[in-house]
Amino acid sequence: MSRAVFLPSGRFWPRNEPARLRVSVAMRTLAAVIGGYALASLAAALLGLMLPMDRVDAVMTGTMVALVVFPCAVMWSFAASSAARAWAGLLVPIAVLGAVFAFRWMSA
Amino acid sequence: MKEGFRQSMAWLHTWSGLLVGWVLFLVFVAGTASYFRDEITLWMKPELHQAQHPEVSPEVAAGHAVALLQKRAADSPRWFITMPTEREPGVRVSWANPPGVKPKGGRGRFSSAMIDPATGEEISEARATRGGEFFYRLHFDLHYMPAIWARWIVGVCAMFMLVAILSGIVTHRRIFKDFFTFRPKKGQRSWLDAHNATAVLALPFHLMITYTGLVTLMFMYFPAGVQAVYKGDQDTFFAEMFPSGGERNAKPSGERVPLADVGPMVTAASQHWGGAPVGRITVNHPNDRIANVSVTRQISEATRTMSYNTPSVLFDGTTGQQTKTFGDEPSGAAETRGVLYGLHIARFSSPFLRALFFLSGVAGCLMVATGVLLWAVKERQKYAKAIANGGRAGFGVRLVDGLNIAAIGGLPIAFAAYFWANRLLPVGLEARADVEIRWFFTAWAVAAVAGLAWPTRRLWQVLLLVGGTLLAAIPLLNAATTSTHLGVTLPAGQWALAGFDLIVCAFGLSLLWAAWFVGRRAAKKAAAPRPAPAVSAEMAEGAR
Repeated sequence: MSRAVFLPSGRFWPRNEPARLRVSVAMRTLAAVIGGYALASLAAALLGLMLPMDRVDAVMTGTMVALVVFPCAVMWSFAASSAARAWAGLLVPIAVLGAVFAFRWMSA
Repeated sequence: MKEGFRQSMAWLHTWSGLLVGWVLFLVFVAGTASYFRDEITLWMKPELHQAQHPEVSPEVAAGHAVALLQKRAADSPRWFITMPTEREPGVRVSWANPPGVKPKGGRGRFSSAMIDPATGEEISEARATRGGEFFYRLHFDLHYMPAIWARWIVGVCAMFMLVAILSGIVTHRRIFKDFFTFRPKKGQRSWLDAHNATAVLALPFHLMITYTGLVTLMFMYFPAGVQAVYKGDQDTFFAEMFPSGGERNAKPSGERVPLADVGPMVTAASQHWGGAPVGRITVNHPNDRIANVSVTRQISEATRTMSYNTPSVLFDGTTGQQTKTFGDEPSGAAETRGVLYGLHIARFSSPFLRALFFLSGVAGCLMVATGVLLWAVKERQKYAKAIANGGRAGFGVRLVDGLNIAAIGGLPIAFAAYFWANRLLPVGLEARADVEIRWFFTAWAVAAVAGLAWPTRRLWQVLLLVGGTLLAAIPLLNAATTSTHLGVTLPAGQWALAGFDLIVCAFGLSLLWAAWFVGRRAAKKAAAPRPAPAVSAEMAEGAR
């Protein structure tokens, strides 16, 4: 696969970097932005629903926690040994939290 | 990612910092200046420099404010009175215009006036300027775009910053040692040391300011919690969160009943808070039978709390009886958020603490600036051979060089232009405040275009020289255009004014020193071209 497919100018990144790495970076970036935001939002929503305090306090706490979850998810996306693992590491907690959230939502 | 945890985090640190570095630099500079926004505003209104501010009891000040409002806005649905503070000695009154009434000259739904708390007379408005308020808004609303876009842009950049800081910390092996390490005049290594030193020096501040900055707008960036719990009903959420606005939505009865005396309400509220001063008074439906008055605690050094939450006391507007109190015992979550918010704005701080916040902010500006410069210096070495053979560095390096000059070299000129415009433009000029801001952006645009067109060492020198001269000459400009120059303000102990002159001048001198340094290095380089540096060794060091 040629470099030119991904970037009009190969110069912005070092020339010897293989195209595979570029795809990996793109995948990880998507994981970080989309997966990270989804996970942080789910954390905010679930904590807001489940924390044993007044609902306004639970929402505040959950949202403040979400602000920490997001950067941690971003760091995980680039620390994982492969892009697939990066996605997996985010999708599993998203699925678990999502299931709990769906259960709460339907039983409420 | 590629080689291991530390390398992948170094990579993440580099890119998350570089991609948004120039916006971050603007946000950091404007935010740092905002710590002194009241002082900047005062400096930019020389007509008020000589004003005397005798101590006036809050009761008297509030009474004067109400008298003016009765005269000017008796039919308004709502009044606001902002009480004087140490840093802003005037009383600001504003009011919602009654439906159907268009004020002459004013735009929008509100009108306002400034009054002298001692005499009750309207302070004839000084020259029109946005003053420090412009930097405060620039910090998160940018300019020339809808505020909502700007807040998303700034929020995304802040999240990048948070990622850059966290990944920067974990890549760091010797964080304590780096604090004491500076190897000057060693090219890339010096930039790295400077970046490390400014970052580590104020690291708790950088972490705090980035996180708390996100906290200030967190319900906009992460609405999921509110959506899930309140089923999208934001109004109910905010009403539960800030239950202190008074009953503003009630329908007026139409029956005219004179407003009770506000002075005793101020005293009662202050007593309720153990003597803490009153910040803001809101009168809903004045002179109506359903009138009510909400008195809010001040946020200042005098309040002795870091929290940005403001308790309030509600009074019946016709009888003057206290009806309700809010926020006296905030929940743990509310107080946590309040303190985080308060830490960002730092309105609670004493002058000394404020100066420390300011210095930490300056360290943050330097951290961002040295970070983006370090990238360019490091990346250029990959093209050392090509450049030695008369070629050019890659597009990325040239772009970053240009943006660096535009942001770091251009912004001081923009600030200087704003201050110079304040003194040089005629006082009665039409739309004067907007013209000042146009000077800011015009000067910046010229510098930025030059920087992107000729990203050379020579241009660095020119821009630093221009910015440095303009800023260093501020005390002279002030002396030439007002009677409150350093010779007057220093002996009189007017520290807000003297401090502005001195600090801005110090920044100017630093820039001039930088210009001289850049020029000397250029001369040295031209005299004796150094052999290509040991690229691989330094790069390995840099990737650490």
